[in-house]
Amino acid sequence: MFGFLLRRIAVLIPTFIGVSIIAFAFIRLLPGDPVALLSGERVMSPERHAQISAQLGLDRPMVIQYLDYLRGVVTGDFGTSIVSKSPILKQFLALFPATVELSFCAILIAVALGIPAGIIAAIKRGSALDQSMMGVALVGYSMPIFWWGLLLIILFSGILQWTPVSGRISLMYFFKPVTGFMLIDSLLSGQKGAFSSAVSHLILPSVVLATIPLAVIARQTRSAMLEVLSEDYIRTARAKGLSPFRVVSLHALRNAMIPVITTIGLQIGVMLAGAILTETIFSWPGIGKWMVDSVFRRDYPVIQGGLLLIAGIIMVVNLIVDLLYGLVNPRIRH
Amino acid sequence: MNFKFGFAAALIAASFLSTTAASAKTFVYCSEGSPEGFDPGLYTAGTTFDASAHPVYNRLLEFKPGTTQPEAALAESWDISKDGTVYTFKLRPNVKFQTTDFFTPTRTLTADDVIFSIGRQIDEKSAWNKYISGGTWEYADGMGFPKLIKSIEKVDDLTVKITLNRPEAPFLANLAMPFASILSKEYADSLEKAGKKEQLNQNPVGTGPFSFVAYQQDAVIRFKKNADYWGTAPKIDDLVFAITTDAAVRYQKLKAGECHLMPYPNAADVKSMKADPNLKVLEQEGLNIAYLAYNTTQAPFDKPEVRIALNKAINKKAIVDSVFQGMAAPATNPIPPTMWSYSKETKDDTYDLDAAKKMLADAGVKDLSMKIWAMPVSRPYMLNARRAAEIMQDDFAKIGVKVEIVSYEWAEYLQRSKDKNRDGAAILGWTGDNGDPDNFLDTLLGCDAVGGNNRAQWCNKEFDELVKKAKVTSDQAERTKLYEQAQLVFKKQAPWATIDHSLAVVPMAKGVTGFTQSPLGDFTFEAVDIAE
Repeated sequence: MFGFLLRRIAVLIPTFIGVSIIAFAFIRLLPGDPVALLSGERVMSPERHAQISAQLGLDRPMVIQYLDYLRGVVTGDFGTSIVSKSPILKQFLALFPATVELSFCAILIAVALGIPAGIIAAIKRGSALDQSMMGVALVGYSMPIFWWGLLLIILFSGILQWTPVSGRISLMYFFKPVTGFMLIDSLLSGQKGAFSSAVSHLILPSVVLATIPLAVIARQTRSAMLEVLSEDYIRTARAKGLSPFRVVSLHALRNAMIPVITTIGLQIGVMLAGAILTETIFSWPGIGKWMVDSVFRRDYPVIQGGLLLIAGIIMVVNLIVDLLYGLVNPRIRH
Repeated sequence: MNFKFGFAAALIAASFLSTTAASAKTFVYCSEGSPEGFDPGLYTAGTTFDASAHPVYNRLLEFKPGTTQPEAALAESWDISKDGTVYTFKLRPNVKFQTTDFFTPTRTLTADDVIFSIGRQIDEKSAWNKYISGGTWEYADGMGFPKLIKSIEKVDDLTVKITLNRPEAPFLANLAMPFASILSKEYADSLEKAGKKEQLNQNPVGTGPFSFVAYQQDAVIRFKKNADYWGTAPKIDDLVFAITTDAAVRYQKLKAGECHLMPYPNAADVKSMKADPNLKVLEQEGLNIAYLAYNTTQAPFDKPEVRIALNKAINKKAIVDSVFQGMAAPATNPIPPTMWSYSKETKDDTYDLDAAKKMLADAGVKDLSMKIWAMPVSRPYMLNARRAAEIMQDDFAKIGVKVEIVSYEWAEYLQRSKDKNRDGAAILGWTGDNGDPDNFLDTLLGCDAVGGNNRAQWCNKEFDELVKKAKVTSDQAERTKLYEQAQLVFKKQAPWATIDHSLAVVPMAKGVTGFTQSPLGDFTFEAVDIAE
């Protein structure tokens, strides 16, 4: 297992360097002059242009710029935002808990509903229940997040007024963040009603963010279960007189879980990408919204650093999934 | 379980505004974005100024609410020397800085604070000139302060003398801009002593109507009423900015009672906002202009009659309806109507294809082919330049002018459109900085700006002399006359087709009173109140 772990980490290094090159090249390969863009319609004097280019380090040879950047990244210096003037890593760490909280709730919903839905659909294959569940999953998968989020806001927050429109907690609660996780901080604050307010603010964004992963997990579970249920050993188990529940839960599900775990791991990456839209709609102060805002403000160091940090996290998540996969299926380790 | 929580929270949310109103009045503003920081000198974005310069700080002069006219603020009065180069400001006495959790002032406003606030932006040797990594004084530089200001001196505790290298009439308007906000030198000194200079940009202290309480990045900014405010005390106790970047979501929050006022609605939502009995909507022309700049150095666009003929073939109403869904007004002058000195004498070129055709024929222009440059991005003054260009293309075809629409990536567009040899007419626009006509007329159409901001490459001696004279004239009535004349010259010469001024729309809850829409696009809440 240790050798397997080392092999997986070794593969990550060139991947990380590749991502760092892409993130670095990103702003430099775009057509147009990023410095001129900063001033928009206002014509910038050549001196000012040179000053900002020097400030961004764009006046040096590309290779030197990249090596400097890489040196910074290795020592934890991802640069400084040209807008807020504060270190990128500091901003990232302040906002990341919000994204983790949202993604965690979303994946919880997706797994808690997606796996049972997939199992039921597989057991009741071809039935109206199977077809309607898979139909709903297909609709969920195809739903544009932006539109879906707005639709839920209009229905549940606007018309029914069951949930708040956006944000992480009602503005009447005010306390200093301790962990950055609003559910925990609201409990720690001891303020009456703060926790339920935080929960109510999480419902809609979590549902929206969970929609696509839920659909994918449900479909993947269904197809994996169908494959396993047609195996000989399942027939043997049934012939032995085991109850259908034991056949499904003990014998079929464990093997069917292998591709499902991979799917869940991949969905965490998709979720971080999806969070960009979900956080923007629900004014959720996480890294997705931070990235979108930075794109609009043309804050290139943040886009560059943020891309690298997000890519790094996805790589770590994939590593964990690989390790879990190795645990569930020992053949993988070899 | 979840719905139970949902209901509970909805009840809390619904009752929040009313319950807090009973005890302390909290005004919630659904702002459109996060502030970049809280030191207004370092930034140029209105979003940042709304969260820093306006609630927390004051300036020597400030724009009279609802106008672009500077009036006394921290400076009680001022004298300008006859040659227009020496400005002596008498400061308001007993102005207190805010007392906050992180700073307790021991003295009131003095000349030292003014010298510190402006001086750090123009003096490279100041210990506060580079107090933050990568920080630059964008507006002070852009307005030419380092070259314009010769010295800032303390005459006595309440008198400051600013000497300029040359007369500059818009200087007073420049001092009313957010970047010229007055900070506490005592607070800055205490931060320097504690080795925490960067906090000047994070925890602001000023003399304004609200004091800063807390900022949760990208989520909420909290202010409370400044009990020591020198002006009329705010009627609300707490001011909260709920950062909501999506316009559709801001609207939902406004409807749900989660905020009292929002900026920048989607044009498509305005109709339903106006129909909502719980909301009211203010609107006025923004401080902007969209234009089509001919290259006046190239034939046949070097002839004013050709440019006027083409202007007559532009259906501005169709553009306003199609591109802005009515949320803009056709433009006549190169400055918006909310700006002082706007000429009411100017007659716009009426949309008349037959007259346009005849004028072209009279000018000897036949089978004209031209390019219209359409910006690739949406800007407040022009939401869809390609669509506007297509409408022009269609109309120009009717008078026998063949149009090819071209576009480039935005940075390329900005760069290439400045070129003196540019082929064709370019759509572009401008949003004003300080409400002074000079900021439009000289900046965009003056001879000095040819090859730069002057995309028409138009250098007209008569026009240039008028705006240059206005720039050095201190008397505003005199300046008004000069600018009015300049606008008539502009219209006669037609270096641009003036397209539109987009409308700024501000929806708010019915119970909100005291909010005045600023032509500069600022959002200030010192006079707002909420009906109980």
